[in-house]
Amino acid sequence: MRAMRSMLYIPGNAPGMIQNATVFGADMVMIDLEDAVALAEKDAARDMTAAFLRSYDFGDLPVIVRINAADTPYFDADLEAIVPLKPFAVRLPKCQDAQDVTKADARMSGIEKRSGLPAGTVPIHAMLESARGIENAYAVATACPRVKALTLGGQDLTADLGIQKTRDGWEFFYARSRVVMAAKAAGIDAFDTVWTDFNDPEGLFLEAKQIVELGFTGKAAIHPSQVEVIHRAFRPDSREVLKAERIVAAAAEAERQGRGVVAVDGKMVDGPIIARARHLISLACHYGMEGGESR
Amino acid sequence: MGLIRRMGQAGTLESADCLVTVAGAEKDSLDYRGGNRKLFGERTRKLVQETLARFQVSGVQVTIQDQGALELVIRARLETALGRAMKEA
Repeated sequence: MRAMRSMLYIPGNAPGMIQNATVFGADMVMIDLEDAVALAEKDAARDMTAAFLRSYDFGDLPVIVRINAADTPYFDADLEAIVPLKPFAVRLPKCQDAQDVTKADARMSGIEKRSGLPAGTVPIHAMLESARGIENAYAVATACPRVKALTLGGQDLTADLGIQKTRDGWEFFYARSRVVMAAKAAGIDAFDTVWTDFNDPEGLFLEAKQIVELGFTGKAAIHPSQVEVIHRAFRPDSREVLKAERIVAAAAEAERQGRGVVAVDGKMVDGPIIARARHLISLACHYGMEGGESR
Repeated sequence: MGLIRRMGQAGTLESADCLVTVAGAEKDSLDYRGGNRKLFGERTRKLVQETLARFQVSGVQVTIQDQGALELVIRARLETALGRAMKEA
């Protein structure tokens, strides 16, 4: 199990930032060839990103590359340059339906074959950023086995809906729920959109708490200062972790004694609650709350 | 053999980057500028030679203003500059 709480955007044409990717503390980084790169610099960003993937040591930091959309003249060249270098995943923007994914899948399989890689080596993170894309979330998630995550693109979605993003983000409630539900049903991860105001860490924290509660795997960050805020939001409440430990201990004791029913803190505890408690403990350990830190 | 059709430039003057300019010339030449000139001059000369050979092009005047770029960054900028200079209209 790998922590995937934060995914830091880094522009593909900024070598000074890419070479420092490992020091920002993000669980993953996403090198961007799309919106963060000016049209006149698409070739330079592609060459730069490929050069780093080819010969830079990112350690165990997962590096995802967001390519340009299929309806741009950069799509094929991006895939040709990036897929043979086996990034952690390719983020495919502006997915509207399953066909958008299967077309990319076919192109990627061809590139993998020519590069001597097994088909399906490079996963796709499919980005949903339109009303149509959101409505087709499950079809996109299950379009092919290489889709390993759905990601919500909030900026384009607000434009498509003709609305403004509010601070509490209630206008994304349906879209977020739909993305999480589709991803969970497909057995893949779900990543939330960016919080654009990096001078408002409190707003980011509140939004990050919301998406944790909705069930997202992680959230994108557009500034290194946002990484710690996102990680804090993903940290389980230490009192809940303590309670979970009591539940798991009581369940183990009941099993040892051959009892089917167990009570903790005066309440009956059943199978789903024990499973949820185990999950919470595993998350706590995963996020560095092992041992005394959770107490 | 490749052909330099126009001047090509890539990169920036930001820290950890470099600005690479290539242009057609009678013979290959390299003007490597920046604080790392003495330390990495030979390495950069080899990098330029190897890249020009890989692009199968000769008669190239290469100018590099190095702002503390990694070797892989210089190579990437040179490749982009050559790609731009050699691209058919």
